[in-house]
Amino acid sequence: MTRKQKRLAVIGSGMGFLALAAALTFYALGQQTSYFYMPSDLLSQPAAAQERIRLGGLVQQGSVERGQGTHVSFVVADGQNGVPVVYDGILPDLFREEQGVVIEGRMGPDGVFVADTVLAKHDETYMPREVADRLKKDGLWQEQ
Amino acid sequence: MSVELGHFALVLALALALVQALVPLLGARLGSAPLMRMGEPVAITGFALIAFAFAALVLAYVQSDFSVLNVWENSHSAKPLLFKITGTWGNHEGSMLLWVLILAFFGALVAAFGQNLPPTLRANVLAIQGLIASAFLLFILFTSNPFIRLERAPIEGRDLNPILQDIGLAIHPPLLYLGYVGFSISFSFAVAALIDGRLDAAWARWVRPWTLVAWAFLTGGIAMGSYWAYYELGWGGFWFWDPVENASLMPWLAGTALLHSAIVMEKRSALKIWTVLLAILTFSLSLLGTFLVRSGVLTSVHSFATDPTRGVFILAILVFFIGGALALFAVRGASLAPGGLFHPISREGALVFNNLMLTTAAATVLIGTLYPLLIEAISEDKISVGAPFFNLTFVPLFLPLLLAVPFGPLLAWKRGDLPGALQRLQFAFWAAGAAAIASYFLIDRANAAAALGIGLGLWLVFGALTDLAFKSGIGKVGPALALRRLSGLPLSMFGTCFAHAGLGLTVLGIVSVTALQAEKILTMQPGQSTEISGYTLRFVDLRPFTGPNYTEDRAEFALGTTRGASLGELVSSKRLYTARGMPTTEAGIRTMGLSQLYVSIGDRTPAGLVVRIWWKPFVTLIWAGALVMMGGGFISLMDRRLRVGAPARRKAALAADGGGTR
Repeated sequence: MTRKQKRLAVIGSGMGFLALAAALTFYALGQQTSYFYMPSDLLSQPAAAQERIRLGGLVQQGSVERGQGTHVSFVVADGQNGVPVVYDGILPDLFREEQGVVIEGRMGPDGVFVADTVLAKHDETYMPREVADRLKKDGLWQEQ
Repeated sequence: MSVELGHFALVLALALALVQALVPLLGARLGSAPLMRMGEPVAITGFALIAFAFAALVLAYVQSDFSVLNVWENSHSAKPLLFKITGTWGNHEGSMLLWVLILAFFGALVAAFGQNLPPTLRANVLAIQGLIASAFLLFILFTSNPFIRLERAPIEGRDLNPILQDIGLAIHPPLLYLGYVGFSISFSFAVAALIDGRLDAAWARWVRPWTLVAWAFLTGGIAMGSYWAYYELGWGGFWFWDPVENASLMPWLAGTALLHSAIVMEKRSALKIWTVLLAILTFSLSLLGTFLVRSGVLTSVHSFATDPTRGVFILAILVFFIGGALALFAVRGASLAPGGLFHPISREGALVFNNLMLTTAAATVLIGTLYPLLIEAISEDKISVGAPFFNLTFVPLFLPLLLAVPFGPLLAWKRGDLPGALQRLQFAFWAAGAAAIASYFLIDRANAAAALGIGLGLWLVFGALTDLAFKSGIGKVGPALALRRLSGLPLSMFGTCFAHAGLGLTVLGIVSVTALQAEKILTMQPGQSTEISGYTLRFVDLRPFTGPNYTEDRAEFALGTTRGASLGELVSSKRLYTARGMPTTEAGIRTMGLSQLYVSIGDRTPAGLVVRIWWKPFVTLIWAGALVMMGGGFISLMDRRLRVGAPARRKAALAADGGGTR
């Protein structure tokens, strides 16, 4: 191989690697991102079955019910609509009724959202930003 | 009074930083030595002033001076002294002050120890440092001033976020900032070289130790942040691919690439233009990280308050420095003479491969981190990019790099001998392979990926040791001679070995926890027992306890092996910090060898207390490996041939020991 060919080979393999990286990234962005929904969104445009999504809203007053062992069910609401949620595990420290919450999981065929993660908040004033933005937009919540 | 003095010192520091930004630069343009020399005393005085301002703020915290807004918002008189001190930077304003303190510290180091630098280069470097300091001091004084007084002083403060009331706050932020901000030196050197239009091996000799210092601290800072999150948040995870974590990972990846390309530039004067570009990109990613974390575009424990003016201000700083440096690079970069040629299979080739992998990996992290912000800006759709994305992109891109690491140090400069390197790595290959096969059959037959991962980690460790063994002739010459040769090897070789082996240990820890950990969630009544991975845990009782500024419910567990031996008590608790009325989970962790048993408790239900138990095999290796990497960085720094000192002294030292090889 001449020097020029060698250099081309090196540059070519480098480009090939970058192309691979770009392909992986695009594929992953298409497959592995989850959209954020509020309960009203879910009713107007239901998520595809088994699609992993994030659901945000307020934990409805009086809806938290503890079942067998570590099973918990509650309703996430946005002032207009509510979605029933089931979860098995330890709830974050700041999980309370009437507080903002973001959960991740999939919508079951029976209309019950099966959560695999309930996102913890880190301080008492923090409202999940997605939830706060939407509630403000709909005029349902004001910053103190 | 001291608060006003601190405020005044900070304003003075801004004035000095502006002088530092302009005068030496002008001096370098005009060729005036006195103007150029002004940078040094100004940089050192500026550092002293910022240190004074910082001390004044710490004092206000220690004295619980609630007439200062910042202290009132983030402190409490009942807080233990350590947390009063560390609370100084446990908020937006204080942490920005720590940021510029460290920036000024690095600038002062260049001023104090840069006597052997070419005068124009030194003047330009100090000017760029002064420019960065000016921007951030302006930011602090106009949008994030920690010295604002309240008209009427409240009696009690609002306390610090309880999650931050931990020894971790004393360690993680200072280490992380020493790394993040340390890269500003490499950046200033790169920009100074572009202004000068001159770039030689001496430049690389200077940049490399600074990069090494920053890299070592950043490694430690990220690891300590990870361990802190692991034990404090009670979820038992060590890395969440949270945007804030990514913000620190990106400069680390780029900085690691820079560290390696600077070696090529120093030894072979190749990759010059690329090294300069990397130096700019690395600090740009640090700035981007500062923006992401401090502007409030992300919500996390790190973004303390959201104030839109702050975000815009940091964004302007970001655009100015990154845009300016890249524009300068575009104009001047091409004029830098390209360096030596090399064969693809060579040390240089291996380091180019390293750079390609690391920068691509950094790019995927960047895309994953910024994509949701971009989508939200364009379409108002809110999406989240989490672990699945990074597992699909970052991990496969990083694997070939890990496989290739042991080859690098074994290849010669210019033209390497791949079959020879393969032969030398035989032992490492078979040892790692045997361990992988053994773990496949002994631990978990269903999990081939885990076995391969364990093999990969050991391959890195053994591969790193092979390099030392080969260079000291272990196995070829007698043990006495080999030992003598080993002790005669330059420290930088030990540094490389430690850093690569540390990486292997971290990989081992990550693989074993990810693949082999056991988890159990259940409800327990007092007296009830459960078993996990050969241990029994008996729930004794739940008792109330009162701490200095919190109350807690302590769940006491009796720990033992399934064979009946007692291992004492384990306490896991739920705390309520009274000032903010904020609950936290304090996990109970017992370290056994390199593994840990991790217990966190949830709510009390009619069926009993919700308890979550993990067995985390070899989990401590994740952070121990990072500390070994950090240690490798410092060992390498101690190598007198790479001293932060100077080219001139280096020549003298080389002459003294008869001229080194390499």
